[in-house]
Amino acid sequence: MKYVTEFRDAQLVKQTVEKIRASVTQPWALMEICGGQTHAIRRYGIDEMLPKEIELVHGPGCPVCVTPLEQIDKALALASLPDVIFTSYGDMLRVPGSGRDLFTVRAEGGDVRVVYSPLDAVTLAQSNPDKQVIFFGIGFETTAPANAMAVFQAARLGLKNFSLLGSHVRVPPAMHAILGSEHSRVQGFLAAGHVCAVMGYWEYPPIAEQYQTPIVVTGFEPLDLLQGVQAAVGMLEAGEVGVENAYARVVTFEGNKEAQKLINTVFEVCDRKWRGIGNIPLSGWGIRPEYAQYDAEKRFDVAGIQSEESPVCIAGQILQGLKKPHECPAFGTLCTPQHPLGATMVSSEGTCAAYYQYRDVSVASEVQRD
Amino acid sequence: MCLGVPGKLTEIYEANGLRMGKVDFGGVFREACLEYLPEVKAGDYVIIHVGFAISQLSEKEAAETLAVLLEISDIDAELGVAHEAAVSPLSTSGEEGSGVRGIQT
Repeated sequence: MKYVTEFRDAQLVKQTVEKIRASVTQPWALMEICGGQTHAIRRYGIDEMLPKEIELVHGPGCPVCVTPLEQIDKALALASLPDVIFTSYGDMLRVPGSGRDLFTVRAEGGDVRVVYSPLDAVTLAQSNPDKQVIFFGIGFETTAPANAMAVFQAARLGLKNFSLLGSHVRVPPAMHAILGSEHSRVQGFLAAGHVCAVMGYWEYPPIAEQYQTPIVVTGFEPLDLLQGVQAAVGMLEAGEVGVENAYARVVTFEGNKEAQKLINTVFEVCDRKWRGIGNIPLSGWGIRPEYAQYDAEKRFDVAGIQSEESPVCIAGQILQGLKKPHECPAFGTLCTPQHPLGATMVSSEGTCAAYYQYRDVSVASEVQRD
Repeated sequence: MCLGVPGKLTEIYEANGLRMGKVDFGGVFREACLEYLPEVKAGDYVIIHVGFAISQLSEKEAAETLAVLLEISDIDAELGVAHEAAVSPLSTSGEEGSGVRGIQT
């Protein structure tokens, strides 16, 4: 496939790894923020190829994983209501709430449907005027434009039976939280390529400056990831701080202004709780008062739901890069993708799921390396 | 953080008042909303995430990146860095379809 295959060329991958090896003189810890990148790293064994001085620490960039338990429990309550069609991205259906998940609600008779695009949920609302259609709109900056458009379109069409249960999070406040933590080991960031496709990277220079940490906008194919590592290590070795773009075929400094405009039309910045981590100030987007009638939490009475996490699961530490999945006693035993204790084991971007899925090829050597 | 998938825009049309298009992911076709890329035209490559085109792929930048990488490898060859015969890419296309459905950061 064009623009995919070329960036997986084994020969160029090997040469880039050699370049990195030649430039490294001391240990460095880099964090890839995005869960999609974590999976690519495990899938292609990128972390195994790199010289042992370079450690890739996995970040919180899995929207399914950081969606707070309360929001899952609210989703479960809403999906159980009569005359409701509850729509969601597929990843959310197996995420455990307090005791059950959306699949269970569906098995008990709830009308829970997976949609590919939030606009499909709007179409469902148009064709089912006697039902309330709720869309579970979670995600980072990459997904926010799609969810914002669903609300905007519902308003434009004058739909009275569409609403969004939102849980949007933003990357820059999470970077502040990670770098500002006294436990942080992160010396350089691989910034998430598709978040930057939407938002650009104009928000990053002040972060790089404040924490004296290089940030490299990085893509998802093996060569993209290695170029990100190469640029970050290059800056660290040279004692430089700054922001570089190693994914220029997709990302510009300004990002997608049309998308940013609609996000700001429909959403406003708010505090947000991250599952396993806690509250991060100004780290989310909530629906603006002008669009309040499309906010499922205002339309239905679910605002009072409070929830408690499983005490066994260490997802919070994993999401902050403080621990790796194989350090969890429940990993692969009590906690598997079929019976997950935490969302990091469920999502196609979750770190625990990545380690579980590719455990045969990598975990043994990971343990050895540690 | 999010998996977006590159595809070629093959057709542009309007549906429900929105600018939409058909995108070819190596033989698999899907509909995508083009509202965020008002300038994009048929034949362009775009990154699609949850049914929305979020970025037009710059063919120029892609070519430059690959040219820089290939140039480095030519220099290596001249300097005598050991090269092995080119092996097949790490992965073949065809599995990208699975990425089209997921939601990513």
